[in-house]
Amino acid sequence: MKTSAFRILRIYANPERDDRLGKSLTNPQRGQVQTARIFTIAADIDPKKIEAFAQEVICDPLLHKTFVLKNEIPNENTSPYGLKDACENPCENPCENPCENAHQNCNPSKFSQCVVVSRLPGVTDDEGMSAQRILQDMFPETKSNTQIVFSQDVYWFENTLNDTVLHKVFEEELGNPLIQHCESSNSIFSLKYVPQVEIKTNASVEIVNLNKPVDELMALSKNNTWALDEAEMIAIRNYFQNSQTQTFRREHGMPEMPTDCEMEVLAQTWSEHCKHKEFAANISFKNIATGETKEIQSLFKTYIQKPALAIRDNLEKNGANWIVKLFSDNAGCVKIDDNNLFVWKVETHNSPSALDPYGGALTGIVGVNRDPMGTGVGGAKLLFNTNVLCFGHPNYNGTLHAGQIHPKRILKGVCKGIEDGGNKSGIPTINGSVVFDDKFRGKPLVFCGTAGILPTTIAGKKGWEKPIVPGDLIFSAGGRVGRDGIHGATFSSVELSEQAPRSAVQIGSPFTQKLVSDFLQEATRQGLVTCSTDMGAGGLSSSIGELATICNGAKVDLSNVVLKYSGLKPWEIFISESQERMTLVVPPQHKQALQDLAKFYDVEVAHVGEFNANGTLEIRYGAEAVAILDLHFLHEGTPQKNLQAEWNPPQADSFTIPNNTNWNEIGLRLMARPNIASKETIIRQYDHEVKGRTIVKPLMGMRGEAPQDAGVMRFGFDSWTGVAVSNGICPRYAEKDAYASSAGAFDEAVRQIISVGGKLPCPSDKTNRFWSANDNFCVPDSVYHPTENPDGKQKLGNLVMMCEALRDVSLAYGIPMTSGKDSMKNDFRAGGEKISIPPTILYSVTAKIDDVRNVVTSNFKAANDSIYLVGETHDEMACSELAQLMGISGGTIPQVRTDIALATYKKMMMAHETRTLESSHDLSDGGLFVALAECCMGGNMGATVNVDTTKIPWHVALFSESHSRFIVSVSSKNKSAFENIMGTTAQYLGTVTLSNELTIGSQLHSQSQWQAQPQSRAMSHSQTQQMHRETWKIGDIEKSWRTALWN
Amino acid sequence: MKMKTVKALVLSGYGINCEEETAAAWKLAGAEPEIVHVNSLLAGHTSLHNFDVLTFPGGFSFGDDLGSGKVLAHLFKHRKTVQGTTLLAETETFLKNKKLVIGICNGFQVLMQTGLLPGTKRGTLTFNQSGKFEDRWVRLTVSETSKTPFLAGIRTLDLPVRHGEGRIVLEDTNHWNQVLENGQAALFYSDAQKTPTTTYPENPNGSPFGCAALASECGHIFGLMPHPEAALTLWNHPEWSTKMRTNSNTPHHGDGLKIFQNAVEYIQANKEPQK
Repeated sequence: MKTSAFRILRIYANPERDDRLGKSLTNPQRGQVQTARIFTIAADIDPKKIEAFAQEVICDPLLHKTFVLKNEIPNENTSPYGLKDACENPCENPCENPCENAHQNCNPSKFSQCVVVSRLPGVTDDEGMSAQRILQDMFPETKSNTQIVFSQDVYWFENTLNDTVLHKVFEEELGNPLIQHCESSNSIFSLKYVPQVEIKTNASVEIVNLNKPVDELMALSKNNTWALDEAEMIAIRNYFQNSQTQTFRREHGMPEMPTDCEMEVLAQTWSEHCKHKEFAANISFKNIATGETKEIQSLFKTYIQKPALAIRDNLEKNGANWIVKLFSDNAGCVKIDDNNLFVWKVETHNSPSALDPYGGALTGIVGVNRDPMGTGVGGAKLLFNTNVLCFGHPNYNGTLHAGQIHPKRILKGVCKGIEDGGNKSGIPTINGSVVFDDKFRGKPLVFCGTAGILPTTIAGKKGWEKPIVPGDLIFSAGGRVGRDGIHGATFSSVELSEQAPRSAVQIGSPFTQKLVSDFLQEATRQGLVTCSTDMGAGGLSSSIGELATICNGAKVDLSNVVLKYSGLKPWEIFISESQERMTLVVPPQHKQALQDLAKFYDVEVAHVGEFNANGTLEIRYGAEAVAILDLHFLHEGTPQKNLQAEWNPPQADSFTIPNNTNWNEIGLRLMARPNIASKETIIRQYDHEVKGRTIVKPLMGMRGEAPQDAGVMRFGFDSWTGVAVSNGICPRYAEKDAYASSAGAFDEAVRQIISVGGKLPCPSDKTNRFWSANDNFCVPDSVYHPTENPDGKQKLGNLVMMCEALRDVSLAYGIPMTSGKDSMKNDFRAGGEKISIPPTILYSVTAKIDDVRNVVTSNFKAANDSIYLVGETHDEMACSELAQLMGISGGTIPQVRTDIALATYKKMMMAHETRTLESSHDLSDGGLFVALAECCMGGNMGATVNVDTTKIPWHVALFSESHSRFIVSVSSKNKSAFENIMGTTAQYLGTVTLSNELTIGSQLHSQSQWQAQPQSRAMSHSQTQQMHRETWKIGDIEKSWRTALWN
Repeated sequence: MKMKTVKALVLSGYGINCEEETAAAWKLAGAEPEIVHVNSLLAGHTSLHNFDVLTFPGGFSFGDDLGSGKVLAHLFKHRKTVQGTTLLAETETFLKNKKLVIGICNGFQVLMQTGLLPGTKRGTLTFNQSGKFEDRWVRLTVSETSKTPFLAGIRTLDLPVRHGEGRIVLEDTNHWNQVLENGQAALFYSDAQKTPTTTYPENPNGSPFGCAALASECGHIFGLMPHPEAALTLWNHPEWSTKMRTNSNTPHHGDGLKIFQNAVEYIQANKEPQK
């Protein structure tokens, strides 16, 4: 049997004017490039109707021409077929001489070759689905339960390119073979490919025999991407060999050995991604320098949870009750006021972004959106997104192994994914950063964060709680289920290699999720849903598995799950990570109302099971028993890991600057360093002001000339209360001093908020002045193995020290982690090389702002304002931007001195309180020089300043990256008030000028305000003191800063 | 005399995402806004005719698949309401009663795709010359021949644009001349000298003549790419902190608010007295 197919070819009527993509792809090798689009409709329809559809829906007559072509799809894809043979009557409407016309127009004579890029079967194709939606609207007889309309991209090349070149163009610029199919031909009429899903598998349940020796068990684990280790496989084998289990299974008609579905459920639930086994492990820690050893029972409990609980207890003891929910839900909850909670979650999406940067980042954003959406009862209104990205250098020119994508392509794809994920959901991306280091070239880091506002009371119930009683119905809502994302949870728990599973890559649909989000807000508001959770890693398996623990049991019938296409095995349905889905808990009496509301919002919902109190997770497919697992074993049966860690404290060594350094040139080159240069091209791609409430954008100024510290947004239009958000990340310091890197990143995030006017938590404060922080650890494999990972102990030692820093800074500042995540295997292995990321921690910090109108921006405001440096500068040059630019090793990593920092921040809070600051900018990459340059550029002004070089050398004064510092400007009327507040904490540097020049000189103070310098170094330094004075044109600084790192 | 209540319908659903700030804009301007899902209109839960102004807010209706605004426009043109008519036909009846319609960004794109704008001949909006989506603030000047009540009394505006498909395409040069002369081309991206420009980035999308907005011939239908609802207060402006320092008397409202206030004033002046 043959099926008819139609292809609607849409070309630009005026390519010269409108084909921007074609133009950008044109180059001498390829000659001119032109693009077009094809919509393939795999259905038997009256061709006249297809013509009408093409004209009305596909074609915009001011932009396009469309041609309708017809062909046959044979059942077997082996015989050659194509449009050419079937092209009996292709025509342009209205057409006089159809065939000739079409051929000429479709294949303009100057193009010798065309490439058609299609999605692989089952990959999300929103455009095709939208076209299908309208086709069904126009012609109801075309209604189909599976996808029948597919969009495909056409590229014509003027020059004939050989297959190798074409394939390279496809892989590097047009698509990704993991999710797309590329077909090249000399004519559009010989196109063959139709991305219809055809699954020819046996959809039955299989039994996994675990009565095997350990090495065979491990082979099973590896071959099935279960990522279960030896102890875990043995624990599972023991469970199934246990006579109680066997009796229980016989009673329930289950085979003695586990089904494929049971093994998959265990693998998902026990994955590092879901279970955080390394953060829960027993760690034997040894300090190599002192010989001291200690046992750590769970990094999470010891260093993250315990301090947060201590902070909460201290606050509550004093009557401050703003911490509402810590770690126990999809996102942390704190109190804004009596009516609203602030919900905050940051996650990573590294492995998927390494394989398909666009899809990985897109699903990262829409995925983390579902965390606040599925916190407590659910239906929080999403407020903003953040993203922090770590890539290899955009102009990396070293080796690329099979499966490794060039950093620039990763950057472009990831940024596009974040753009579509945020913009199409109507959520502003108000803060973020991009970090470059070639150690990220194997695996990029993509951190996505989302905040939301959840009503304290929803339909009369506590908004943050998840009540479930036996008898409540389980609904799934949103996208349909396909094979996409199968094994995402387990795959992200192993190192990346060229053999990474294709099914782990998927493309999200922000549109589908927007519908779900609108629906869920209303469903919860009406009280139809008692609680909800997102479906992320592990899909139905993880979300239902977790909810089932609340009432101790659940029963699911997978035959009710709505599928994208038939042929999925039950276990595939259960663990599929198909996107845009939420699990809803619905009281039986609201079933009909929920279904009606879903219909109104055009969201598909399916009743897939019920909660009970049987102590089991029971899965059926219609009449067939698929799985029954003891809930306690499922969630508590994971054997605890025992790991070893070693720590070798960093050794201080000298940092020497070459004589005759041209500081003027160094300054300009520093501004163009990837970590410092303007990220405007990226930032502008993201909508950072949809919702109309963004007060401090990432770049201020009409030209984006004023980079800012924390982002600030007001909560709503009825008050000026809002929130500041910032991100701190310092991977550059981590390999030399993991503790200092973690402490520094935390401090960086906090001081950015202090800079705009945030106030540290105060137990006696009764205005819910909340702080809510998220930690995200991304580390290389830190489990010791004598051959595979010989430095695993040191890597785990780094992780322990990062955790200790988290605890220390958290307690010192009184800022709790409310949620977080860890990603443990950030290594890429191919071609005999292992590329590991530096141990990285991101702190994403939010704090309440009483009145957003009073926040202070970073840029200088007016000439003659006084400029001050607030905080202490130390000789901490190691791994600084200057050190890397000049290729100097040695020195000390910047340390966080929390006592001094606290005192500084309290004075800054007072300065804000008394409104004495005109501008404030925190110092980070590139130190004082870069901060001053940014303040000048941002204000379209200049400055003349002198730095104190009595006790620290010039290069330290200008370029040290010591923490807890700010550059502020103060108007003459506030000068004395400001100086009174600050005392010796602020050092007067000079004034803002209209000169459009930045002049920095060195100055010797007879009585220095600096006290914290080691005496010996200060002595030796002052004896060899050399005076400096440098002037930079702000225009030159800005030009360097705006250096395009990529295009 | 009792002030006439101005009721503003703010459309929502299917990927529209600026409905909240648009409703806030109407409220600040003195109107009574109501956010109404497209399906409420189709199902007859709410009637368009209970309102004085219809707003198509910004966003990504239907993900902008097949061209921005295309699918929602198709729904307006072809989907039958419970009364057996179409939302486009209802909108045309609505307009006969001297009521107003405004489309912002994606809403403008919808108006163009329905044919409500620019009027008799066709127009469309397509990809920016730069080939990319951008969020940036632009300086706008109002055409001297503009007749739309939405822009009454306004000379210049600073507003954000946030779009990837904002370049206006009209049928031909004659059509352009016509809309330029009769003031339908109502708003222009302009340089620092307040001169309309086609140069990037002052003109963010390469729209001919710097045209940023179109109105119907009578001016009652107005569509613009920039977002007035995202410029309701001074604190939305990228230079608010400098402005406040330079002039402590800087007004606290944003440039965008005036567009909504204009509509409210116009309706109040023209509306039949309430019974």
